[in-house]
Amino acid sequence: MNTPHTLGIAPARLNSDELAENFTDLHAPLNAHEAAVAADRCYFCHDAPCITACPTDIDIPLFIRQIATGTPDAAAKTIFDMNILGGMCARVCPTEDLCEQACVREMAEGKPVEIGRLQRFATDTVMAKDVMPYTRAQATGNKVAVIGAGPAGLACAHRLALLGHEVTVYDAQPKAGGLNEYGIAAYKSTDDFAAREVEWLCSIGGIEIKNDMALGAKLKIDDLVGCFSAVFLAVGLGGVNALSVDGDDKDGVEDAVAFIETLRQASDLAALPVGRNVVVIGGGMTAVDAAVQSKLLGADNVTIAYRRGRDAMSASRYEQDLAASHGVKLMFNVQPKAIHGNGAATEIELEYTATKDGALTGTGEAIRLPADQVFRAIGQTLTTDAGLKLNGRKIAVTGAGQTSRKGVWAGGDCASGGDDLTVTAVAEGRDAAMDIHKTLTGDV
Amino acid sequence: MADLTTDFLGIKSPNPFWLASAPPTDKEYNVRRAFEAGWGGVVWKTLGSEGPPVVNVNGPRYGVIYGADRRVLGINNIELITDRDLYTNLEEIKRVKADYPDRAIIVSLMVPCEEQAWKDILPLVEDTGADGIELNFGCPHGMSERGMGAAVGQVPEYIEMVTRWCKQYYSKPVIVKLTPNITDVRKPAAAAKRGGADAVSLINTINSITSVNLDTMSPEPSIDGKGTHGGYCGPAVKPIAMSMVSEIARAEETRGLPISGIGGVTTWRDAAEYITLGCGNVQVCTAAMTYGFKIVQEMISGLSQWMDEKGHTSIQDFMGKAIPNTTDWQYLNLNYVAKAVINQDDCIACGRCYAACEDTSHQAIAMSDDRTFTVIDEECVACNLCVDVCPVEDCITMVALEPGATDPRTGKVVQKEYANWTTHPNNPSATAAE
Repeated sequence: MNTPHTLGIAPARLNSDELAENFTDLHAPLNAHEAAVAADRCYFCHDAPCITACPTDIDIPLFIRQIATGTPDAAAKTIFDMNILGGMCARVCPTEDLCEQACVREMAEGKPVEIGRLQRFATDTVMAKDVMPYTRAQATGNKVAVIGAGPAGLACAHRLALLGHEVTVYDAQPKAGGLNEYGIAAYKSTDDFAAREVEWLCSIGGIEIKNDMALGAKLKIDDLVGCFSAVFLAVGLGGVNALSVDGDDKDGVEDAVAFIETLRQASDLAALPVGRNVVVIGGGMTAVDAAVQSKLLGADNVTIAYRRGRDAMSASRYEQDLAASHGVKLMFNVQPKAIHGNGAATEIELEYTATKDGALTGTGEAIRLPADQVFRAIGQTLTTDAGLKLNGRKIAVTGAGQTSRKGVWAGGDCASGGDDLTVTAVAEGRDAAMDIHKTLTGDV
Repeated sequence: MADLTTDFLGIKSPNPFWLASAPPTDKEYNVRRAFEAGWGGVVWKTLGSEGPPVVNVNGPRYGVIYGADRRVLGINNIELITDRDLYTNLEEIKRVKADYPDRAIIVSLMVPCEEQAWKDILPLVEDTGADGIELNFGCPHGMSERGMGAAVGQVPEYIEMVTRWCKQYYSKPVIVKLTPNITDVRKPAAAAKRGGADAVSLINTINSITSVNLDTMSPEPSIDGKGTHGGYCGPAVKPIAMSMVSEIARAEETRGLPISGIGGVTTWRDAAEYITLGCGNVQVCTAAMTYGFKIVQEMISGLSQWMDEKGHTSIQDFMGKAIPNTTDWQYLNLNYVAKAVINQDDCIACGRCYAACEDTSHQAIAMSDDRTFTVIDEECVACNLCVDVCPVEDCITMVALEPGATDPRTGKVVQKEYANWTTHPNNPSATAAE
């Protein structure tokens, strides 16, 4: 049995009970009583700011009132009408930056209505009954291809199926769900929730998912455009930015997304190796997810090293505090200069940074931290442009996801516009579906 | 610290907080606990005639109305008068009174409308040493079907008759407890006074069905699938009770008749309000049934603090002080003009004032794109709905226009002089000012 102090990268630093405890739900679900108490706090605001703050425009005051009046199934329907992945969004949305930040009780008391947890209460109620509260419209005869079974692709597929179209979803991975399945901290999606949600979502019918099918030699966009009435691209960002520093190739230097993916798919967390001294480079949610989970696996020292100040971090203050509460050290204004070690990483050299004339530069002062495992979490990149016009480093879209090619729509992280959030991807997938429907049928 | 001692009909108690005749005062055990907790007095749960006691249902006795977070706003009950033996009650009353001579003990009574029935029980009560009696002419359920309780309270002649018997056969103060289940509460109050009552207490509970079970289609509380109306009490009934209290306090016939105020007293503030409307003390039940006897501690400390802050040294100092300001609608000053003002620093931008005004009132609140809410003085009639629905206390206030200012809604200059409906030109029966 190893301990947090075992040298190098090692599995089983904690026993299985400790690991199970560490990876339970980050927020326990509300029970009916707690939900009633939480729901009573909603003021039922006029033209509520929380709705405006929600990328999917869920009628939050209405669903909370439906919970308060003892009809959580109706509440769930209100949520699913706008966001069919409302269950996952209730778990992973940075509500502290969205609906709950806008809540007037946040302004009044610094304690918003617990919208995220209430949303989970409502959606869990319906999903526990295994009921799909929608029936499909009459078949239109149209076939639509969706590339990518992540949040954008699934939201698009469900809406299209609802409207009577036949949908084929192609996904590069062996399991559907995209980042919901592979890319989110385990404690935010416990009990195989991502897979259960996909199964539930597909129970509407008319959606066929084909796994292990990535765009490439076997699956060409030209062929798809020929075979389907419309194509929706939601391939996400498959590439990871490199560190471009000396020692980036040493053993122990890994992509944070790969670490998170391995962890999510692991059947035995004790078999997962993690460093004694872990340094995560980056400042987003991926960095926080990798850092916190390293700590939960039993790493002794975990540091997030971010090149700018706290305020510039894309991970919310809530996420920063979550990391800190788990014992992760947050370092600001440091950038990697080199990774040292004989074959395997043992130390990371960080250089302090300062902003001069609007540009970030190294100050020349450096610090070395023990590091037997270094995670890169400095952003992801589009790996296929599918021959479409780009806007910056993403597929250019106008309106509701229309690309430069007729008959091809795009949404989610691979498309331009919007934050790279699950909830934003759902909104884009849903809206693209409506646009596709309108284009195919002429219905508004 | 202010002196909370009250002298009600010569009955002294250390504070004006009495427990009403109700389940909390049914027996010695409860009453001793109440006195230990600090209650100034109790009205013992209603005694009936000698003989086999009444029986209660063996299912639920209470129904409830909740506010947010299951806060109890109102309870209704279908419990009857005491279902314990008369002599057991009398012995207990005697013992408790002996042990707590500084506290008030009033005995509530309900016996048939026959002189002999009263003649029989009153000496027994007299013998307990209790400080007075309260005639239960109010219970709206069960007993009223047997010709007692509210059935008596709804007939002024019966009230007068029974009160007179009581004054004849009992030497100590007689309080008549009134039912609100009538049209004009001044009539039974006047009858009580004519009969010689030393005081009235009000209100007893209000006929009510609190809820219907939508699965069984039975009113709640449901006894084996059937329900009946009960008596409603608690914070929800306070406005009704205070209005009735004020009617009696103001009416020529009953003015000056001592009143014990009952109905939804939950905090010191409720008690203070009742006293300003002319009550000499208050009786409490639902608050105790909801929170336990300890709640009296807040009532005592709160009332003391408020009296100290206002410079009141005794209950008498502010008793009845709101009566001169309680009037009829026709005497309200129609030259008084106010406008709602929203304090932007306090506003949390929930927009409830806007929704209420825009949808259900006078379209007098504007909402900007950045959710700033402002009052449109040209439309505002000062109805107060925005104040009522605002979740932030004192965020919206009503500010009076100074005489000489022009009301932007009517274009008229605000007059300094008082003028009411009786002289208003739109009033077909207006009397000429000269």
